[in-house]
Amino acid sequence: MKKRKERIDRGIKVRAQDIFALTSYREMLYLLVPGAIPVVGLLCFAPMLSNYWREVIISTAIYALLAISWDMLMCAGLLSLGQSLFFGIGSYLAGSLNHYLGLPPILTIPLATIGGGLICTLLLLPVLRLRGIYFAMVTLVLPLMLSRLVEATRILGGTEGLTGLTPFPNQLTAVFLIQIVLLVTLFGFRRIKGSDYGLVITGISDNDRSVMSAGINIQWYKAQVVFLGASVGSFAGAFGTHMDMFAGMPGFALDYSIMPVAAAVVGGVGTFFGPLIGAFILVPLSEALRALGALRIVFYGLFLVIFVVGIPEGIFPYIQRKYQQVERWVDVT
Amino acid sequence: MLLGTLIYGFVNSAILALLAMGFNLTFGISGVANFAYGAVYIFSGFSAWIFLNTLGFPYVVAVLAAILLAGLMGLAIYFGVILRIKGMPLSEVMATFGLGLAIMELFRYFDFVGFRYTLPVFFDGSLSIGDVYIDYQRIIIGLIAVGLTAALYLFTNHTRTGLALRAIAQDERSALTFGIDPDLVGGLSMAIGCALAAIAAVVILPLGTIAVEGGYEVLINALAVCIVGGLGSTVGILVASVLIGYSQTFTANYLEPHWMMLVSLIAIAIVLVVKPSGLFSHQKELEERI
Repeated sequence: MKKRKERIDRGIKVRAQDIFALTSYREMLYLLVPGAIPVVGLLCFAPMLSNYWREVIISTAIYALLAISWDMLMCAGLLSLGQSLFFGIGSYLAGSLNHYLGLPPILTIPLATIGGGLICTLLLLPVLRLRGIYFAMVTLVLPLMLSRLVEATRILGGTEGLTGLTPFPNQLTAVFLIQIVLLVTLFGFRRIKGSDYGLVITGISDNDRSVMSAGINIQWYKAQVVFLGASVGSFAGAFGTHMDMFAGMPGFALDYSIMPVAAAVVGGVGTFFGPLIGAFILVPLSEALRALGALRIVFYGLFLVIFVVGIPEGIFPYIQRKYQQVERWVDVT
Repeated sequence: MLLGTLIYGFVNSAILALLAMGFNLTFGISGVANFAYGAVYIFSGFSAWIFLNTLGFPYVVAVLAAILLAGLMGLAIYFGVILRIKGMPLSEVMATFGLGLAIMELFRYFDFVGFRYTLPVFFDGSLSIGDVYIDYQRIIIGLIAVGLTAALYLFTNHTRTGLALRAIAQDERSALTFGIDPDLVGGLSMAIGCALAAIAAVVILPLGTIAVEGGYEVLINALAVCIVGGLGSTVGILVASVLIGYSQTFTANYLEPHWMMLVSLIAIAIVLVVKPSGLFSHQKELEERI
């Protein structure tokens, strides 16, 4: 007797989301609890940690922001392998505003966020017409090129970088700042994707020609998406700069390009929650493995393989499926 | 000066072509971007070293064993990892990248670092052309690059297996109706790609020491050549390696060395913007831009 697995939406999911008839506390909680987990988890849990683990949370949040920004570009079908471009531009912008003009972090971070978004969008504007792997390759090359340019021309401190920048007043401020920005980005982007605007963006990635034939200027939409993603990436860069009190060539390092993609692939592409979960698994994992010394990266690489091969759809879609659907085996006749 | 630059530029191009060949073959046939490529290259270098020095095999046997081992590793990677996530390019890249990371760092953990780890050259000595001295190993690299390209051409155009590989690359569905097993062919392409990486390692590594960091450089160089030449095109990678090889050698000799990387990166960026699918690719215009 052959069997196959059948998946059916739970009744509560249908009532709560599709029909949207909330008739009881149970149904309201069903909708609210998943969204509340990251909020409560981040805001209440982080202050209880030790100084060292707060640092880990901060770097995790930086990677999570880059991963969410990567996911935003991916929604419009723009596969980016160069998140470090956004990080580096934001980092250098905040660094030089602070170093040369002496502006405090409260001004440099917003300026670097918006300015970095604009600069990155202008840099990528000529290649927005490229599709798929070709766009990915350009974004992979750009940050490498910019870091070599800094090295060769010795501008902005050259290989030394800009040092002695203003730090945050205390660690707790930094933790709360980045967590609030992370949550706002997460829910904001999810909201954007759920709206009509998000429908157009998803349409561009599914079938750009048919969106064009509907009379929509897809280049303009792509530019907007790049601006959104790049601003978030630049914020991460500006924040990281003031955190380390340093802006330099490491901002364009390959780490900042690879880690967000890894986080998004592990967590689940296109959901925004997925990259967040991925980052919050991968970065603390790499810290926890520090005890293993040189074996750390070996295990890290193997974990990456296991996650990708074991749960190819990503962790978040897997959890989502378990939460929203019932599975049962039925006979095939 | 100019003659020397020309000769060393040719050798540099030959090295780049050798490095890119395996990566290109795997990608061209099964569409898998093997990011563990640099790790396989380093792995073959170290395994050849172990066969030679620890196990005391004769040179020829050690080299053949290293190449065979790399091929088997390619098969293992394909059937163990890639087959399970076939058709999800991003997952393939991430999985092979993680695997490569694990392999390379494992060598670092077992302390394979230092100047002892060198492979012997084929023949000692050097030759002078005009007033330029060039050692035999570099000449051999050039010869092997040319020979291997010819051999690959004959293999893919005039043998049954080679034709099956190309059939899968061109149209998987039609190839299926002729009874060609895509999984088998994919595994084979991975094995050959990894074996080519091993050949490149055995030929090129005698010029320096075997270092774990070399693996990352190999991957980036292979990627660069394949992008400029057009992923999956054999003529393309030859032209691209000549282009990048000479531009690197010329900038290194006539400008400062740290402009070297910048020049090749700018070359890549320009090629990508003007003709994204590479100089000699058969991709359709619509696939690359809209």
